[in-house]
Amino acid sequence: MKTLMTGNEAAAMGARMSRPQVIAAYPITPQTSIAEKLADYTARTEIEARYIKVESETSAMAACIGGALSGARVFTATSSQGLALMHELLHWAAGARLPVVLVNVNRSMAAPWSLGVDHNDTLSQRDTGCLQVYCETAQEVLDTVPMAFALAEEALLPTLVCMDGFLLSHYTEPVDIPDQEDMDRFLPRRKAEYRMDPNQPFTFGGGVSSEVLYGLRRRMQQDMDAVPTLWEDTNRRFERIFGRSHPAVETHNTEGCDLALVTNGTMAGTVRAYLRDRGVEKGVGLVKMRFFRPFPVDALRKALRGCRAAVVIDRDLSPGGGGIFAQEVRAALHGTGDGVPVVSVIGGLGGVDVTPDHLDRLFTDLQGRRELPFETLWMEV
Amino acid sequence: MQAIQAENEQVHPGSFSCPGCGLTMAYRHVLKALGRNTVVVTTAGCGSVVAGYFPMTSIKVPFFHCSFGTAASTASGLRAGLDMMGKEKTHVLAWAGDGGTFDIGLQSLSGAAERNDNVLYVCYDNEAYMNTGVQRSSATPPGTWTTTTPGEAPEDRLKKDIIGIMAAHGIPYIATACTSFPEDLRKKVRKARAVSGFRFLHVLAPCPTGWMYPAGETVHIGRLAVSSRMFPLFEILEGETIRLSSMPDKIPVIDYLKAQRRFRTLNEEDVLRIQEDVNRRWSKISSAGRREEA
Repeated sequence: MKTLMTGNEAAAMGARMSRPQVIAAYPITPQTSIAEKLADYTARTEIEARYIKVESETSAMAACIGGALSGARVFTATSSQGLALMHELLHWAAGARLPVVLVNVNRSMAAPWSLGVDHNDTLSQRDTGCLQVYCETAQEVLDTVPMAFALAEEALLPTLVCMDGFLLSHYTEPVDIPDQEDMDRFLPRRKAEYRMDPNQPFTFGGGVSSEVLYGLRRRMQQDMDAVPTLWEDTNRRFERIFGRSHPAVETHNTEGCDLALVTNGTMAGTVRAYLRDRGVEKGVGLVKMRFFRPFPVDALRKALRGCRAAVVIDRDLSPGGGGIFAQEVRAALHGTGDGVPVVSVIGGLGGVDVTPDHLDRLFTDLQGRRELPFETLWMEV
Repeated sequence: MQAIQAENEQVHPGSFSCPGCGLTMAYRHVLKALGRNTVVVTTAGCGSVVAGYFPMTSIKVPFFHCSFGTAASTASGLRAGLDMMGKEKTHVLAWAGDGGTFDIGLQSLSGAAERNDNVLYVCYDNEAYMNTGVQRSSATPPGTWTTTTPGEAPEDRLKKDIIGIMAAHGIPYIATACTSFPEDLRKKVRKARAVSGFRFLHVLAPCPTGWMYPAGETVHIGRLAVSSRMFPLFEILEGETIRLSSMPDKIPVIDYLKAQRRFRTLNEEDVLRIQEDVNRRWSKISSAGRREEA
């Protein structure tokens, strides 16, 4: 059944269909309507959960950690400063290997105060041990939330499902709502092997030796390395039931293309529109990255094989470093022997518009140059 | 005094605590009174060290070391999850020091108390950041030497009135207790255990290392704290009704202060000021408590 939904409504529906048992959330624009919708679902017992109306995002994530330790399925949502406030707790959740699912509605970080989207909030959580998945459409948001639970509970790592503030969170799109019975089949109740149960006591998160910590971090990396395969399995299962596929890296017109545009989130939609109207004939392809953590190195290398260059558009900035995706793409391609150069472009910070016309002028400019630039380019505003 | 029965012990003999550690005694009595159907959330501090280093542990019940400022909200989430998992009868204990309660954890504590989440929060108060080596907290009493309130500038602020703050939340049960009065402590834990909603216990836990007295005198020092009314024992029901606990007869604060080298820089005037403050607070509590009894 198709219905019109905003990205935030799709996130709340995705959470509802995942049957969370503990929800803890705190209001922040542009996430708030997710917290509201879930409160509504819970009040009407359409979700059987304890909803903890916490006094901060720190406590939201702390309550999720406590909830997950009981063996329950837990959910929260936030944005921007709220996610930054959770930063310490994200390390705790990942370190304790708790499968918390968090929807982050991306919004730029203050100062100055702004409501527009960029991805610095989630990318600042890069090294916490949380998985990061970016969505392009409301449908993807709805589908990705239960898929994230399936993945997180398998990998035992917290997962951030990210969507662009306003551009996705507040725009209405047609969304196919899956059948709940099918969803229950796809995502049965969480079965926690380790939980806080007096009948089988364990200690969690207490003091360890350096050697134990070293070993645990190595395990975390190994488990991260296994995520692409886990996601393939999860995606295959999802596709079999629901007929939609959400691979870690998605390509469009990349076969033998001149310039492959690498991007994530709603920017991929703009690129699609550009390709449809003008881009394909100009030899432009699209590589849409759903995953940022773990960084899907193999899929990305495969996607870019045979392209003259990769043009990475970052809706983020590591001041002093440049585009964050661009750095990671360069690192992923280094030493592959394919020699695909990377052009780094910053665009859309703070929610600034990037249109097909902007893209066309960018590609016309790049295709006209004798040598591709190594320095970071800035999209015109 | 009754002999303590070595039954229902949830704390193993032996831990990483200093000799004469007050909070270890408190830990033992609180868990003994709560029983084995308990899960514990602990913040950074001496309490987390006492719990032990992997693969050893000093307690028999499940334990999570949470972030420093979030004992209360972690406990709230754990409570919610256990309820949803059909474990409504499992007790959730949040166990935090004065730093984790009075300072960095105050917001999370206030949130959980205001929501009246069904957890027992116990603050073991050794009146400074002892685990990091004796730095002042907002629970440090005036005139105290710590490494951040050294000789030339001893602590000059009154101890934060955490009980007043908690009472203002209107929670169903609040009590003060001291490790030197273990029967009273266990009785209060058992009372708190029977109450539903947010329960707060403030336990004075003398610390030979930070308070600078011989390790064998912990029980004696705690008794002096209560006798002098530096730390009176009482309960507050529903944030209003004060019930005084039985305590030894009142003694001058100087007897308490002079027994600890952390107060070594105090002069007569300082002692007088501390005595006046104790008198003022005690008169407020005892008159309110008496009114209730009448």
